[in-house]
Amino acid sequence: MPASLAASPIRRREGFPAATLPATIFLVLALLPTVTWITGGSYLISVGSRVMIFAIAAVALDLLVGYAALISFGHAAFIGLGAYAVGILSAYGFTDALVSLPVALAVSAAYAFLTGLVCLRTKGVYFIMITLAFGQMAFFTASSLAPFGGDDGLTIAARNTFAGFPVLRNERVFYYIVFFCLLGTYLFCRALVASRFGRVVRGAKENPIRVSTLGFDVYRFQLATYVIAGALAGLSGFLLANAAEFVSPAYMSWQRSGELIVMVLLGGLGSLDGAVIGAAVYLLTEEWLSAFTENWKVIFGPVLVLIVLFARGGLLGLTSALARRITRA
Amino acid sequence: MPEPVLRLEKLRKSFGALLVTDDLTLDVMPRELHAVIGPNGAGKTTLINQISGLIAPDSGSILFHGHDITGMPVDARARLGLARSFQVSSVLPGFSALENVALAVQSRSGSSLRLFGRAAEEAGLNEPAMAALGDVGLAERAQVPAGELAHGEKRALELAIALAMRPKILLLDEPMAGTGREETARLIAVLRRLKGRFSVVLVEHDMTAVFALADRISVLLYGRILASGTAAAVRADARVVAAYLGEEME
Repeated sequence: MPASLAASPIRRREGFPAATLPATIFLVLALLPTVTWITGGSYLISVGSRVMIFAIAAVALDLLVGYAALISFGHAAFIGLGAYAVGILSAYGFTDALVSLPVALAVSAAYAFLTGLVCLRTKGVYFIMITLAFGQMAFFTASSLAPFGGDDGLTIAARNTFAGFPVLRNERVFYYIVFFCLLGTYLFCRALVASRFGRVVRGAKENPIRVSTLGFDVYRFQLATYVIAGALAGLSGFLLANAAEFVSPAYMSWQRSGELIVMVLLGGLGSLDGAVIGAAVYLLTEEWLSAFTENWKVIFGPVLVLIVLFARGGLLGLTSALARRITRA
Repeated sequence: MPEPVLRLEKLRKSFGALLVTDDLTLDVMPRELHAVIGPNGAGKTTLINQISGLIAPDSGSILFHGHDITGMPVDARARLGLARSFQVSSVLPGFSALENVALAVQSRSGSSLRLFGRAAEEAGLNEPAMAALGDVGLAERAQVPAGELAHGEKRALELAIALAMRPKILLLDEPMAGTGREETARLIAVLRRLKGRFSVVLVEHDMTAVFALADRISVLLYGRILASGTAAAVRADARVVAAYLGEEME
């Protein structure tokens, strides 16, 4: 028997069990508000909420980019749709989350379904361009909504109530609501990629023709994934509108879609953990650098280029490579 | 006479000016191993692609158990029981050998729209998959990523994936391509054991394999069937010897 056949068939990742990283991430997020009991002020809490809101959208995008190889360049549109659902409903007096949350999810899922029907007929660069086009379509539609502020956006009178109770208006409670939304999104996506459904999607990422010859209608599976990712981004938009008490077409701009892709790449594709880390690092770096100079992107740009060039697996890949080097030494 | 499992009627396909399938008519009988041989460029892979649905013929029809499937998409044909292997190994490189086969098992066992439950831990998927890997001698390599398997092992894995689909007809596109003598012998032994469970269309260049396995042989030349019959009859056919076998047999 050749040596390769004799090699141990069971391969395990070295070091810590797989759940260590996500457990650490969510523990830190859960304990963050206790720090502010000591330091006082709510700055940290509102930054933390913002990070987690974008992390929800980034995790959803990782589902598409990292697990299905569907590089969507219009993901921000779904955030915007979720946010506008909250804004427009509250302009008409519907201010309860029991109404606005289902509407936000339904509207973004419906947009994902209708655009996905078309986008998923294309591959590669064409898919990127057509998702961008549909994203821009949503952006320009929002910009031209004169009754809802047009370019200037729309201020929301107050955060949504939940079944009549103004729970979202307490910063700490809001923080934990966002926390549980992120945790739920993460666990849902984690289960999804390991399920039968997820296996078909992951297989199609590697070789769609092969998977179709096994008897799977790849298009349907990708469309379902696209709708799920769209709805989760809609959840992120619902929270964003409530966090900011304001909605604006800028939420849907292609720059915002690009930032989401950067977050996912920065953290590391196809791990879900990477998307959360990427969102946190991106937004915190933005926060920190913009305190020094308003031209912070001049510094951030080259750093991003270096990470993408030299750390193919994003920050997650970089740290695990470093850890391996240290344990070997 | 029993009804053929697969019937190709006046199939015609051209790429530009090049006619790759020219008025081709062919029957594959139940449990028959039907070999299709011919020189490079005779249109063998194009034929397999048309049967499995990756390429649409320009005209003619494909009947499966008497039903016209000419316009049916690839995945629907696979669900009917048409399994195929590829000339260039196209296993899923990032999946383990076991997961490659388990995905094939999954396609014929209940819903794949289940969003929960860890597919990797389903005994109902893993056990038939392990059995198929055992059939081709890959049981010990089940956990190895398919991309890291040796070439011959990938060929065997292709076969295991096709077997796991419990096919009614198996289309094998040069399963021995690029394998060494020892591996070829092993694959022949595997196919001989499987013969008779279902119909097989075997496209192959290795004449040892073809003459060892085939019930009937069709010789393809410029997209046309030059001759069709038992191994002995085809070997004795003067046109076949002149066009193809002559050089191979020397």
